[in-house]
Amino acid sequence: MAIFKLQINGRSYQADVEPDTPLLWVLRDHLGLVGTKYGCGIAQCGACTVHINGEATRSCVYPVSAIGTSKVVTIEGLSANGDHPLQLAWDEVDVSQCGYCQAGQIMTAAALLKKNPKPTAEEIESGMTGNICRCGTYHRIREAVKLASTKTASTTTKKS
Amino acid sequence: MATTTDKSRRDFMKLAATAGGGLLLGFGWTSAAADSISVLGEAAGAAAGGVEFNSYLSIGSDGIVTIFSPNPELGQNIKTSFPMVVAEELDVDWKKVKVVQAPLDAKKFDRQLTGGSGAVPHSWKRLRTAGATAKQMLKEAAAKRWNVSVNDLTTENSTVIHKASGRKLSYGELAMDASKLPVPTDVQLKDRKDFKIIGKPVRNVEQKNIVTGKPLFGLDVYREGMLHAMIQRPAFGMKVKSVDAAAAKAMPGIVDVVTFKNNVAIVGKSTWQVKKARQAVKIAYEKADNIESTPDHDRLFKQLLDTSNEVVVRRKDGDVEAAFKSAAKVIKSEYQCPFLSHSPMEPMNFFAHVRPDGVELVGPTQTPERARTETAKLLGVAPEKITLEITRLGGGFGRRLQADYVLEAAELSSLVKAPVKVIWTREDDMTGGSYRPAVRYRFEAALDAQNNLIGYKLRGVGINSGNPTREDNFPSGAVENLLIDSVEHKSPITTGPWRAPITNFLAFAEQSFLDEVAQAAGKDPVKFRLDLLTKAKAKPTGAIKYDIDRMRGVIELAAEKSGWGKKQGVFQGFSVYFSHASYVAQVGEVAMVKGKPVLKKIYAAGDCGIVINPSGARQQMMGGIVDGLGHAMYSKLTFKDGLAQENNFNNYRLIRMNEIPEIECHFVDNGIDPTGLGEPALPPTGGAVANAIFKATGKRVKNQPFIDEEVFKTVS
Ligand code: FES
Ligand code: FES
Repeated sequence: MAIFKLQINGRSYQADVEPDTPLLWVLRDHLGLVGTKYGCGIAQCGACTVHINGEATRSCVYPVSAIGTSKVVTIEGLSANGDHPLQLAWDEVDVSQCGYCQAGQIMTAAALLKKNPKPTAEEIESGMTGNICRCGTYHRIREAVKLASTKTASTTTKKS
Repeated sequence: MATTTDKSRRDFMKLAATAGGGLLLGFGWTSAAADSISVLGEAAGAAAGGVEFNSYLSIGSDGIVTIFSPNPELGQNIKTSFPMVVAEELDVDWKKVKVVQAPLDAKKFDRQLTGGSGAVPHSWKRLRTAGATAKQMLKEAAAKRWNVSVNDLTTENSTVIHKASGRKLSYGELAMDASKLPVPTDVQLKDRKDFKIIGKPVRNVEQKNIVTGKPLFGLDVYREGMLHAMIQRPAFGMKVKSVDAAAAKAMPGIVDVVTFKNNVAIVGKSTWQVKKARQAVKIAYEKADNIESTPDHDRLFKQLLDTSNEVVVRRKDGDVEAAFKSAAKVIKSEYQCPFLSHSPMEPMNFFAHVRPDGVELVGPTQTPERARTETAKLLGVAPEKITLEITRLGGGFGRRLQADYVLEAAELSSLVKAPVKVIWTREDDMTGGSYRPAVRYRFEAALDAQNNLIGYKLRGVGINSGNPTREDNFPSGAVENLLIDSVEHKSPITTGPWRAPITNFLAFAEQSFLDEVAQAAGKDPVKFRLDLLTKAKAKPTGAIKYDIDRMRGVIELAAEKSGWGKKQGVFQGFSVYFSHASYVAQVGEVAMVKGKPVLKKIYAAGDCGIVINPSGARQQMMGGIVDGLGHAMYSKLTFKDGLAQENNFNNYRLIRMNEIPEIECHFVDNGIDPTGLGEPALPPTGGAVANAIFKATGKRVKNQPFIDEEVFKTVS
């Protein structure tokens, strides 16, 4: 065990865990941040996606010891009031079925839009293909990302 | 090392809070007194305020109406659509409705389960009556107060109105008085034309919680002192011979390694510690039953299709032998599907705390009552001593109809005498059984010289499939001479209902075969089906258990919307199926791109009666089609020595965003009482796609997954 100091959602956390513990389980089991989901544990489904220094990252295969001083953002910290353009678009398009995959979908999309605020349909597709939705909400995910991108482009977004 | 791991989480959090310097504790458990995370909606019954009118609703003096949603929510959107029905009859302002998941309560609710798309038909009248009854009581309370006739009162937007005098009282103001009145037994339900909420798109009531990552799911449940557990289960047909857990037990965070019923459970303080220790447990297995592999099943299928032993006749009309003897043309074809895993995104998990005074169960289940009954039996505890809270389900697809993972948690908690959450890894989920059974069908059709279908035979053989046919479905009733039978092979590989049980594959096989018959008869596939329906209506053979006119309705709607037979440059395939009381027809459109078939679009026409929530219904339809397409195209489980070879999403392929076609949904508007939509859109998809592929390539795909078929061999 070792103590790791972590910068998550603009706050400081500490966890006393084994160095190889994936960030996913540190968030869930030790810090009470359960919005980040477990789906496969082998970087295949995207349910566990968080941002590490702005990059969409599969937290299920990212050991806590590799984080260092990097800044982590989880779904809980994506926006102050649940009003990130993607979160609003998800509601407007009524995307979720079971909802389990959606935090990961949104985190992947948020990193995508940060890099490419006006993605084409193909760019959305290739950016989101790493995320599985077993309920098959892909059409609406695509629509919501598109909707958010039009809104993001016309308003100034808060930097987190 | 060991000393710090022994600290309870609460100690840890205190330590972290003081040592961190500038550490902010704003989230969930970190700011709460208790060291736990409660899932939203848990223990809803106790938490809800207001005056209770009936099992379904209570009204607060602030006018907030709390509607209890009894059935587990797994993405079928029931937690939104059911309250809509109650709110409609109550005449309430939807913005003032709060929906909470009711815990298991057999006294308040019957059929508190999710499966078979059965909740809507079961509950439609009950929900409406619950709303209408409360509305009537509110009106009567107002009538008393104003000393007017209840017949002179109307309601609107959570308000009772006396038009003549212009007086108004809000539901909140009337709730207390109203709740004390006798419950009327004969209330007037609304006329459909007066619906204000039903039929309008209403967004998922949980959407905001989902997109902000609130704890909602079983996996999100954390309790003080809770231990985490993973279980190593044997391959099918094997049993535990010996366990060497010494090394695992010495690993950090591990509390115990317990063997029960051929399960070896690793119990510890965190998921990761348990997962690591699991690899250190050495288990030797021995043979307990047949050890089967996929090639064994392939051989077996061929045998069973020709056997005369243990054949169960499911339906027999007319004289099939004579019909085939006199036939001018006989068409014969076989179709096969592999086992499938349900693989909901949230893997199986359950929390159990077995205490001397009772049992607490929390988690995702489609059948809470079954889970409680079986837990009671297992532990020898009275069912009344067991509480069960239903969390949101991260998908189910039938897997959570089983109680196995609930029982594991309960048994383990009683063995280690601590609260335990059992979690299945994805690998456990795919190797742990209860699969969609593997099935093979043989169809035979006899045509007379005028190309009329005069004889029809279907034999289904399956592994733990029960009856793999649906003998009364179309085209039964439309063919004078018909024989449907089945043979089942019993296997240690466990199976269970998988979204649209049996019909998820049968519909594909049948609708593809009917396409073959239409082709052999030189008829248009749509006209061929419509002619059969006309015949079934004019001259039915035996019992007909589908509504001929409703089936015709969706066929015609799908044909119309897709421009059937009128398009250039695309190849269309047709399919229609009746399952779970709803009707869905689909047209698949394939284009040839660089010599390869590419699915471009699916048109769907559904008849589920009144559409309660168009937004939810549309998504159920789209999701069902994506599910049907994905599994038909890509997914399979194969076995080697009783062990599933595909065990995670790297080798068990699920459909992804870049593989979906455009989907266009239409609904028949006929005002009939609603039926479910969680399943019925899935069965027709495979056939619509396969028949379009045939039109485009001249090749039939007959086995799932399609991707392994010849026509796709060169296609990635
Ligand atoms: S859980 Fe990390 S990618 Fe699936
Ligand atoms: S909404 Fe259920 S897995 Fe995506």
